[in-house]
Amino acid sequence: MSTITRPSRAPDTTGWDVERIRQDFPALHQQVHGKPLVYLDNAATTQKPQAVIDALTAYYTRDNANIHRGVHLLSERATDAYESARRRIQRHLNAASPHEIVFVRQATEAINLVAASFGRTAVGAGDEIVISAIEHHANIVPWQMLCEEKGARLKVVPVDDRGDLIMDEYARLLGSRTRLVAITQVSNALGTITPIVEIIRLAHRENIPVLVDGAQAAPHQAVDVQALDCDFFVFSGHKTYGPTGIGVLYGKESRLERMPPYQGGGDMIKLVTFEKTIYNDLPYKFEAGTPHIAGAIGLATALDYMAGLGLDRIAAWEHELLEYGTELLQAVPGVRLIGTARRKAAVLSFVLDGVHPHDVGTILDHEGVAVRAGHHCAMPVMARFGVPATVRASLGLYNTPAELETLATAVRTAREIIGG
Amino acid sequence: MSELRELYQQVILDHNRKPRNFRVLEGANRTAEGYNPLCGDQMKLYLNVEDGVIKDAAFQGKGCAISKASASMMTAGVIGKRVDEAEALFQRVHAMLTSDTASPGDGAVDGVGKLVVFAGVREFPSRIKCAVLPWHTLRAALSGAAEPVSTE
Repeated sequence: MSTITRPSRAPDTTGWDVERIRQDFPALHQQVHGKPLVYLDNAATTQKPQAVIDALTAYYTRDNANIHRGVHLLSERATDAYESARRRIQRHLNAASPHEIVFVRQATEAINLVAASFGRTAVGAGDEIVISAIEHHANIVPWQMLCEEKGARLKVVPVDDRGDLIMDEYARLLGSRTRLVAITQVSNALGTITPIVEIIRLAHRENIPVLVDGAQAAPHQAVDVQALDCDFFVFSGHKTYGPTGIGVLYGKESRLERMPPYQGGGDMIKLVTFEKTIYNDLPYKFEAGTPHIAGAIGLATALDYMAGLGLDRIAAWEHELLEYGTELLQAVPGVRLIGTARRKAAVLSFVLDGVHPHDVGTILDHEGVAVRAGHHCAMPVMARFGVPATVRASLGLYNTPAELETLATAVRTAREIIGG
Repeated sequence: MSELRELYQQVILDHNRKPRNFRVLEGANRTAEGYNPLCGDQMKLYLNVEDGVIKDAAFQGKGCAISKASASMMTAGVIGKRVDEAEALFQRVHAMLTSDTASPGDGAVDGVGKLVVFAGVREFPSRIKCAVLPWHTLRAALSGAAEPVSTE
């Protein structure tokens, strides 16, 4: 086992009691393969604080009922909790109205909703949709499907070798046929923070609406949809310390009003006859069927938890971890970081010379270190950087400098075992 | 660490570093592509089958140590075998990799020869696909399947 020379600059932990914060996350305190768990797969999903677990238990223990239909007390309580979760999310995103918050299963479903509903009415043959080269498959495939159906074209903003969008190319792609720009705020595979304000400004100058994929941004920083002035913003609850199966579509009311329903069913209607159905108002028009009530409540609790720690402080802590982790990994022989954008969120994607990422992943797992090894649902990104896959360590608010040291040591071990 | 050494045996590491039959086989009369969408492993297998006998075998592709070593040792193992013998070997290897009970010394690893080095893969459920991929690709090549083989 190699020893690590401690780099010069360890994160300043002043005022951030990470050990106390870790006590809030029961899943962190376990051993895997006889080693303490080092959970560095937060971009895939985050662990849940006890407060979220308790909120789910409390809901099912006390309030469980269907919403918006019962006259009985439990249904009223469930409805109140669900709608107050919606208002909590509205505040979190600084949306103008709770009507602009649509509960969905996750960011993927939110994008599919916009592609199906907005796309059905606003996109036609010869029209164009602009995405970027660093999108998650969830922000590629729905648009491809739409383009195929409508005879529209997908335009892709290229990235440079660091993983930054080439903004001149972006500006050139915006034209009279562009119907929508759909771009991520933070790349899941590379950690690139895109210049989303500028992206939105340039699109709006041409009256083109913008969908922001916030799945990787929402866990790491405060979001203000009114300040961004985005038309749509999507994120997943399970990446923001909330439950799986719940996510959010934010849409400007004026946009959502003009869009047809996504799915038909109960709750999204006002009146149904066999001749005609009158659809419900926003946001219920887009929420067919019984929703994930507990999930919405759990997500609101998770956002409370993050707000309690301070979103800016979370971002600052993770940034320090990122810098420290970058320094540690760059000191490991054979490591090449993939994604070195000027502004990055807490993602360390890398390859190790002579060792396939899948093998690195297995060896790290045996050292207790959980990372993702693969293409991260971003195969075009892998192709762009000429690698079949990467190892990705993605950080969360509860990670520690010591965990990054364990990661770097384990990477050295991988090189020793597979050898060069 | 001992479990890891069980997985990454020297023979496997050696085949990873210096894969045998790692080339395009000119004049191959059977080919198939294998793909593991989970980790991006990709391989193309080339066979030359004459009179029901695998006269030559080779592969190309990108993959982890396990999949590369598996493909390397598989090609080395099936050259000169009849198609039905290769099929029988597939069955034995598959059983070794996926059965719950097999370990060196058990009946389940009988008849796999040097391929017994892959017995340790069974302890790593997420890696079984890597070892099996070349074998599924072999089967596809022998049966003349047109679609690439996927482990998903």
